[in-house]
Amino acid sequence: MREITYLEAVREAISQEMRANEDVFMLGEDIGVYGGAFGVSRGMIEEFGPERIRNTPISEAAISGTAVGAALTGMRPILELQFSDFITIAMDNLVNQAAKIRYMYGGKGSVPLVVRTPSGSGTGAAAQHSQSLEAWMAHVPGLKVVQPSSAADAKGLLKAAIDDPNPVIFYEHKLLYKTSEHVPEEPYSIPLGKADVKREGKDVTIVATAIMVHRALEAAEKLAADGIEVEVIDPRTLVPLDTETIIDSVKKTGRVVIAHEAVKRGGFGGEIAATIAESDAFDFLDAPIRRLGAEAVPIPYNPTLEKATVPSVESIVEAVKHTLPASFKKGRELHA
Amino acid sequence: MRQALPDFISKEAYKTYYKQMWLVRFFDEKVDEFFAKGLIHGTTHLAVGQEASAVGACAVLEEKDKITSTHRGHGHCIAKGAEVDRMMAELFGRTTGYCKGKGGSMHIADLDKGNLGANGIVGGGFAIATGAALTSQMKQEGYVVLCFFGDGATNEGSFHEALNLASVWKLPVVFICENNQYGMSGSVKDMMNVEHVATRAESYGIPGKVTDGNDIFSVMTDVKEAVDLAREGGGPSLIECKTYRWKGHSKSDAKKYRTREEEKEWRNRDPIKAMKEALVEHGVATEEELDKVRQEAKQEVEGAVDFATESPEPGLDTLLEDVYADA
Repeated sequence: MREITYLEAVREAISQEMRANEDVFMLGEDIGVYGGAFGVSRGMIEEFGPERIRNTPISEAAISGTAVGAALTGMRPILELQFSDFITIAMDNLVNQAAKIRYMYGGKGSVPLVVRTPSGSGTGAAAQHSQSLEAWMAHVPGLKVVQPSSAADAKGLLKAAIDDPNPVIFYEHKLLYKTSEHVPEEPYSIPLGKADVKREGKDVTIVATAIMVHRALEAAEKLAADGIEVEVIDPRTLVPLDTETIIDSVKKTGRVVIAHEAVKRGGFGGEIAATIAESDAFDFLDAPIRRLGAEAVPIPYNPTLEKATVPSVESIVEAVKHTLPASFKKGRELHA
Repeated sequence: MRQALPDFISKEAYKTYYKQMWLVRFFDEKVDEFFAKGLIHGTTHLAVGQEASAVGACAVLEEKDKITSTHRGHGHCIAKGAEVDRMMAELFGRTTGYCKGKGGSMHIADLDKGNLGANGIVGGGFAIATGAALTSQMKQEGYVVLCFFGDGATNEGSFHEALNLASVWKLPVVFICENNQYGMSGSVKDMMNVEHVATRAESYGIPGKVTDGNDIFSVMTDVKEAVDLAREGGGPSLIECKTYRWKGHSKSDAKKYRTREEEKEWRNRDPIKAMKEALVEHGVATEEELDKVRQEAKQEVEGAVDFATESPEPGLDTLLEDVYADA
């Protein structure tokens, strides 16, 4: 079976959609012969030409608004914002224009726009190139927010995002670009709003996004050695959010840890926690809901500090253990 | 004798545009009155005194052409063919309004007629117009986009970014600045260190021209030249229409930042009066004919008020509708 990287999966999804639909095109900074800051569009200008792989000036306000205008008039632009931090410069067009147009025009018009943007820390790029700002976007009615954690998910979700008639913010994690797995060659779609159970378990649920899915799975492996069976759920899309899968899992396990890379304060974990607390899963909770997110600091440059800012495998393991009853811990200690 | 009228507009069409001028005037005066009486809520920005730039610029467009508008957009909307009854209904927040009562004054769009929407964000339309022009270029649809904006918006970054992008991509978009001398209370004299917005075009390698925004014929002539250039693949232009808003920025404006003498001076240059005089002088229409046209416009706006007030309020069941388009 063929294995390709997350980065290649993203490129494959775009290329296949561009071959299938003349209206799909890409625009962004340095996406032409340079191939994009992370190499996603490498080789694409040779196949599709500079008309459809449109290299833009460094001007996020203009290119985001241009994408909105093009989408509103019948194109299906895919905008690459070089780093997700730069979404701040494109904010007016995404928040005040793209997200609002259909509603404020009384259900007329639509903005089938995909904003792809690399997110997250861990590359040493420090405070202005390492943020995870997905909660901002999830807060705005009218936008959809996607965070794939694997190559196969990235491909299927990106096709769904391109096909969707609404503005979709598609967060790609920089550290995941080089991860690989089996990805089917033919085009396929993973519906937005469908969570994936990445690992089944009966003791504790971990709801994790993007790179935290991998750390949660690693944590689950470690905990399994202690006889703790962890279920790992990846919502894959924050908007729409698959609350059902999360709630069902919590009802099964009675314990939940939420892990994301974004700052914990005001982060999307709070939304997931509240959704669980407001649901009938509340009666099944055997321990308080625990949230893991980044410290409320700008991402530091120093590698040790950078690593310590965001949740780690160890901190997830600890959080899971905190949800367990004393007897469970005792048994584990005896076992050890 | 005045300068000859542009010959690319027919005699009959001149009467249509004369009527549009009055529709804009009566519509906004009526809106002003209703706001004062508390019959319309929210806020609004009136284009009284600026009728010539909206009507004159849209007059040279073909039906397939598109516009983006500003929060002072009623005039652009009318000039691009919108019906005043549905516009008035929108301001009254009724279901029959262009946006089912959810957009209001600052967000009226009429996509069927090529109006991509007013905008509550100063400078919000620059890049959207540029994007619509990109669609025209990529799909070879042959339409031109007019992007309306005020002088204040040219101090926003989006102005500079969009003009640069539209220029390097040679997009069919014409940027129409309605320089009404004030960005809210900020006089252009205090907010920019160049006399003309049009000179800013030079930085982006595109033509920039100042026109008399209170003279509809001047607007028509200069915008047509720019539209023709854009349609032929010559890229964008910037036309600056010097004009004046008679009313305040919005309904809460006491106009402390300007003198009554200045207002009077501009009122003496009423664009509608000037158009009428020229049409009579050139024998396009008689005074009586034009008075009849004016009367028709007045009645149309009165009818719009009836239509709006008789239209139903949206039901609460529509509150959550239309946030997303169905996949």
